[in-house]
Amino acid sequence: MLNITSASPIVEIDHLYYWYDSSVLTLDDISFRMEQADLLGIIGPNGAGKTTLFNCILGILTDYRGTVKLFGKEILKNRKALLSEVGYVPQNASIEQSFPANIEEIISFGLLGSIEKYSRSYAKDQVLKAMQIVGLTDKKNKRFNELSGGQQQRVLIAKAMVHNPKLLILDEPTSGIDQETQDRFYELIRKLNAEEKISIILSSHDLDAVSKLANKVACINRKMHFHGEAKDFFGDENMLKTYYESAMQTHLRLHQFNAKSNPQQLPST
Amino acid sequence: MTILEILEFGFMQRALISGIAVAAICSAIGLFLVLRKHSLFGDAMSHVAFGGLSIGLFLNLYPIWTAYAFTIIAALGITKMTDSIKIPPDSSVAILLSSGLAVGIVLISLSGGFSLDLFSFLFGSILLISTQDTIIIVFLSIAILAIIAIMYRRLMYITFDEKQAGVSGINVKLANYVFIVLAAITVVTSIRLVGVLLISALIVLPNITAILFGRGFKKTAMISIGIAIVSVVCGIVISYLANVSPAGAIVLTSVAIFLCTIVTRKIRNSIRPKKIAEPNVHKK
Repeated sequence: MLNITSASPIVEIDHLYYWYDSSVLTLDDISFRMEQADLLGIIGPNGAGKTTLFNCILGILTDYRGTVKLFGKEILKNRKALLSEVGYVPQNASIEQSFPANIEEIISFGLLGSIEKYSRSYAKDQVLKAMQIVGLTDKKNKRFNELSGGQQQRVLIAKAMVHNPKLLILDEPTSGIDQETQDRFYELIRKLNAEEKISIILSSHDLDAVSKLANKVACINRKMHFHGEAKDFFGDENMLKTYYESAMQTHLRLHQFNAKSNPQQLPST
Repeated sequence: MTILEILEFGFMQRALISGIAVAAICSAIGLFLVLRKHSLFGDAMSHVAFGGLSIGLFLNLYPIWTAYAFTIIAALGITKMTDSIKIPPDSSVAILLSSGLAVGIVLISLSGGFSLDLFSFLFGSILLISTQDTIIIVFLSIAILAIIAIMYRRLMYITFDEKQAGVSGINVKLANYVFIVLAAITVVTSIRLVGVLLISALIVLPNITAILFGRGFKKTAMISIGIAIVSVVCGIVISYLANVSPAGAIVLTSVAIFLCTIVTRKIRNSIRPKKIAEPNVHKK
């Protein structure tokens, strides 16, 4: 059992570098700390390295340079124990739509691995509690593909938090979801942070949502461009200007990269 | 002739007992294969088993044991290769299938042609199963079902989303290796029943049918096992009464159940009153 002290930062990243395919620098000297009950918004354009950063935090990628600590312990040395305190919702989870499990079964997956042994009644209680928090108790016997996109995201959130994690990592959880559903979803995130005291890292392109939800912001585009209070970032016009310029540069860089990789896809003109 | 009269024959008792055992393991393993979009993996492994059987017959060893060894080694090897050099799953199926068949064909040509034994493995020979075979099939089936029962939540989560299962602390790699060994053993164990050429039908059809019914994973698995057992029992009885190949009768019964399910669903959906879509309201 891992001894997690309340004084330790939830996440502590020190001089993190990662080379994709051992050659392309994707994360360039990223350092930041996240304290308890923070709601950290991670923003950056496509290809900025947000998902790579999450994969380092979760110990999925191991060949990075630098230090990644969760709850004061190095992730690569204590991966299993540390991840039992983390809930994760990946970007565009590739779920087989004909998967026959019902919502109750899917949410209960979150208890596997994180808790060594648990009774059936404990599992039932935890699943019910998670379903109540995300508002899906009336859908427990439905299949995943019978739910709307927003409801499916709520199922994945419930699964990620069913084992009472201290940290929830959400990687662009609202991509492909309509505005109304997004608003309800963000309300749920706020509730989890404020009422359940879960520290949350949320990556999103929706700057408006991040400005309303997050108390801290990290703006990355391969490098760390800003880390600090959300109000300082969103209150500074120069910061926002830099963000949009940086996003445009990345967009152009990706376009050039794709054009080099797939020259036949270039327009003929 | 009544069903009870058929059961008086020792070979029919053995056929039905081993048939029910094989039906249960094929559908249990098959559910995970179908949901992982590896439906043809069973077919590929049965062709590898064919290579293993040929090795046994060529070397004058008991062919089932060489088939077990060859199939398990090949399945583990291809899984390791797929992991390390990222071969697409359908390509790994193609490699397994053609390599297994090639080994078999080369050994057959070296030994001067097909023997009667090899034919019985190609098309199934449930009516020739000995008491010893029945004991081994039942023992292995109980062991496979017990391991699946222990691992089924983990396997279900890995099948649902491998990446998230890994993040939850599940040893995905180990679970996948164990599963692939179980799948290899299942295929070889079932070969006597439906033969190399039709084994994938017993792995795929009951599960495809059950997924059309299912409301939960456990219920789907139970329905699939039920359909597989009904197919095997009916297939064996029909084969006896109509004097046709048992493997063919079993597979055709599975196909008939699948088609009936589709037609029933179509009819039910067409006469059921249409509902207005439920509004997507988040209840607080």
